Amino acid sequence: MIAYLLRRLIQSGMILLGVSFVTFLLLYVLPADPVRQIAGRSATAQTVENIRQQLGLDQPFLVQYGRYLGHLAQGDLGRSYLQKTEVAALIGARLPASLLLMAGGIACELAIGLTLGVIAALRKGRALDHGLMLGSFAVISAPQFVVGLLLLYVFAVRLDWFPVGGYGSFAHLVLPALTLGILGSGWYAQMMRSSMIEVLRADFIRTARAKGLGRLRVVLRHALPNAILPIIAMIGIDIGIFMGGLVVVESVFGWPGMGQLTWQAIQRVDIPIIMGVTLVSATAIVLGNLLADLIAPMIDPRIRLR
Amino acid sequence: MSETTMPPARNRTAGALDRLLRRKLAVLGMAIVAIMVAAAVFAPLIAPYPPAEQLFDGLTLEGAPLPPGGAYLFGTDLLGRDLFSRLLYGARTSLVIGLVANGIALAIGTLIGVTAGFAGGWAGAVLMRLTDLMMAFPALLLAICLAAIFTPSLWIVALVIALVNWVQTARVTYTETSALVAREFIAAERTLGAGPGRILFLHILPHLLPTVIVWGTLGISTTVLLEATLSYLGVGVQPPTPSWGNIIFENQTYFQSAPWLVFIPGAAIVALALAFNLIGNALRDVLDPTQRGRG
Repeated sequence: MIAYLLRRLIQSGMILLGVSFVTFLLLYVLPADPVRQIAGRSATAQTVENIRQQLGLDQPFLVQYGRYLGHLAQGDLGRSYLQKTEVAALIGARLPASLLLMAGGIACELAIGLTLGVIAALRKGRALDHGLMLGSFAVISAPQFVVGLLLLYVFAVRLDWFPVGGYGSFAHLVLPALTLGILGSGWYAQMMRSSMIEVLRADFIRTARAKGLGRLRVVLRHALPNAILPIIAMIGIDIGIFMGGLVVVESVFGWPGMGQLTWQAIQRVDIPIIMGVTLVSATAIVLGNLLADLIAPMIDPRIRLR
Repeated sequence: MSETTMPPARNRTAGALDRLLRRKLAVLGMAIVAIMVAAAVFAPLIAPYPPAEQLFDGLTLEGAPLPPGGAYLFGTDLLGRDLFSRLLYGARTSLVIGLVANGIALAIGTLIGVTAGFAGGWAGAVLMRLTDLMMAFPALLLAICLAAIFTPSLWIVALVIALVNWVQTARVTYTETSALVAREFIAAERTLGAGPGRILFLHILPHLLPTVIVWGTLGISTTVLLEATLSYLGVGVQPPTPSWGNIIFENQTYFQSAPWLVFIPGAAIVALALAFNLIGNALRDVLDPTQRGRG
């Protein structure tokens, strides 16, 4: 177990190192010049050159990357080119809002997905089952900005139940969290349905019924816990899907999280922020996957760690 | 004997169409795709107005867009252009990107997956580590970043989408190829003196075909959604070329009073992505019963 964990952690570290290298390389070779962005359009060639030297952007690629890694090893993500603030501080200020949004998203997708999955399984082959499965496919096929704008229009503009955007109260969280979670709820509904159908076929369910237990009790106490277990590990993998969704959802609802920070940084070619956010996201994805792999055998002893 | 454990690929694929046509949801998907393809191909014939023309009476006297109905089936946009005509031309963008980007992604993914699975050894290990690396990237973030920094043309957008979308195919084809390579009938072929080329083209690739078809179909859906999202953020296909995503991007500031400008193109995106998801999923059940779940 410890050996496995150690090996996986080293592997994850290597992957993150690779991600940092590839991102740095991409941003280095791409035809966008951050110095031009900082200096502004009217800057003279001399000013541009000075800024370039100050930031060390006139150095060869490997020197720049080596210096970045050196700082990174000390926990320093560098400074934003345009905001003149530590990237770590910028991300730190935005992270709580994004984490709250992700927690809300996970809560929504589990609540909706698992409930509908169980209902579909219990009504297998009937009209309700077919309807729910078609619905789950529709939800998976809907881009998040369309879902977000639709919820915004119906529940904020028309019905005026929730604020149109912003941050600060529970009411502000509902629509963005629903938007983020609704995609995953489709996946969870489908997985929960097949998992539940499989469990309901098992011998111990028939035994429980044969003992004279009521149908509801068998479903809730015996089938449900067994059917949910293999799905729990998926939450780790969701984190990666959420990292991209944040950019879209936060921009639709004006949610002041990491997604907005990223989006602004990309538009202004603020490379230190882009690097920082990519690394934070990649770390979340790698840890999420590791977590999923670690949880799986605890839930189902038939799965062994390799 | 081998007939029962692993029927030849041809038999598995033959008759699949029949079984596919018996599934209502797959037929629904195919009908949607047929309509969209027809709309895209015959756009110049169907479109009542040129898609980029700012129509003389396309706005109200106050300069607001016209709602659906009347002279304009789906209404007009903020610049007084006919939304229906723009949607028809937008179907071209979505389908072209869907096919091209997904085709490239499928080719890269299959090439990497099959090479890694067939070659094995250090070459296979390097390729699969590369795939792991790509898995750790937030795909949408990477695509946005690439698309924002290049000035995106239709083809650049397709390329960017392909570059972030090949990973799943690579993983699936790798798993299948390495499982196939270890099977007895391949070993038997080797013993009989078959070279690697013969084994690859006659035995490995035909068995991979169902998987590639399934992932290729599901992949179009992913691609369509990614293009729409990039265009919605303004870093995808650039106006004046209409795409369903950039129609929403152009009009969203006004969406509270002109919701049709967001929700009609939005419905088109959902319908197309849904259609390919339904077909792909039915294909998976029909062709490849072992590959289920989230992948």
